[in-house]
Amino acid sequence: MSGMEIGTALLLVAFLALLWPNAKYWLKNSPEPRDGDWTAVALPIVGVILFVMLLMNMV
Amino acid sequence: MSRETDVLDTQNYDVSGVAVNKVLRNTYALLAMTLVFSALTAAASIFLNMPPMTYLICIGVAMALMWFVMPKVANSASGLGVVFLITGLLGFGLGPILNQYLALQNGGQLIATSLGGTGVIFFALSAYALTSKRDFSFLGGMLFVGFMVVLVAALANIFLQLPAMSLMISSVVILLMSGFILFDTSRIVNGGERNYIMATIGLYMTIFNVFIHLLHLLGFASDD
Repeated sequence: MSGMEIGTALLLVAFLALLWPNAKYWLKNSPEPRDGDWTAVALPIVGVILFVMLLMNMV
Repeated sequence: MSRETDVLDTQNYDVSGVAVNKVLRNTYALLAMTLVFSALTAAASIFLNMPPMTYLICIGVAMALMWFVMPKVANSASGLGVVFLITGLLGFGLGPILNQYLALQNGGQLIATSLGGTGVIFFALSAYALTSKRDFSFLGGMLFVGFMVVLVAALANIFLQLPAMSLMISSVVILLMSGFILFDTSRIVNGGERNYIMATIGLYMTIFNVFIHLLHLLGFASDD
């Protein structure tokens, strides 16, 4: 393993440890989605997917 | 008005249009300034031809500032200095990566396309969250857990070295960051985030990640 790989691995582990309290908080405190909420998220996300595919075809 | 209330007006805050607009206006103004600043530090890093390790060191220091210093100064004017320090470091860390792409035949085009693509994704999703005024906070748990799963996959791929997995990670990160743009923007609109310094850091990180991972996907798509 190179120094870069070891450094990246250490950073990722640190990031995971630091992110865990936020993840735990939001898992407990996220409100329940209402009717139509998932559709409201799916539409722009599909738009992003199509846009990224378009960019990948352009280059 | 004290310096503290310039950043977070907790006494008089309500979720009325005026208060929300103030946070939004301050967030986007600070975001624009930090993006320009990090572009300048990235240009300096490219010019100085910094070694690859710069990326890791800058990310590590920026992360430490974000987690250990920012919570202590986020409600004061000194938080502004820390935001510029963090975003400047992240921009400077980008230099070695951008230099690798600039060495490619169409590297400049890839970087410009990724930059433009990131801008389009950010503005479109922000406009959507602002105009729909929906509360996307229900995404919080899923986004944070999804991001942790991606980090574990990235960690595994350091040992596995699978190019397909690396592309999959970049694709998922772009989708997760798109979700975070909706989530963060709706939290500002609905009064969940009242501190424009914290809001700026959150949105800056989504833009940073979309740019890096879009660049990775575009590099793959152009066979480089």
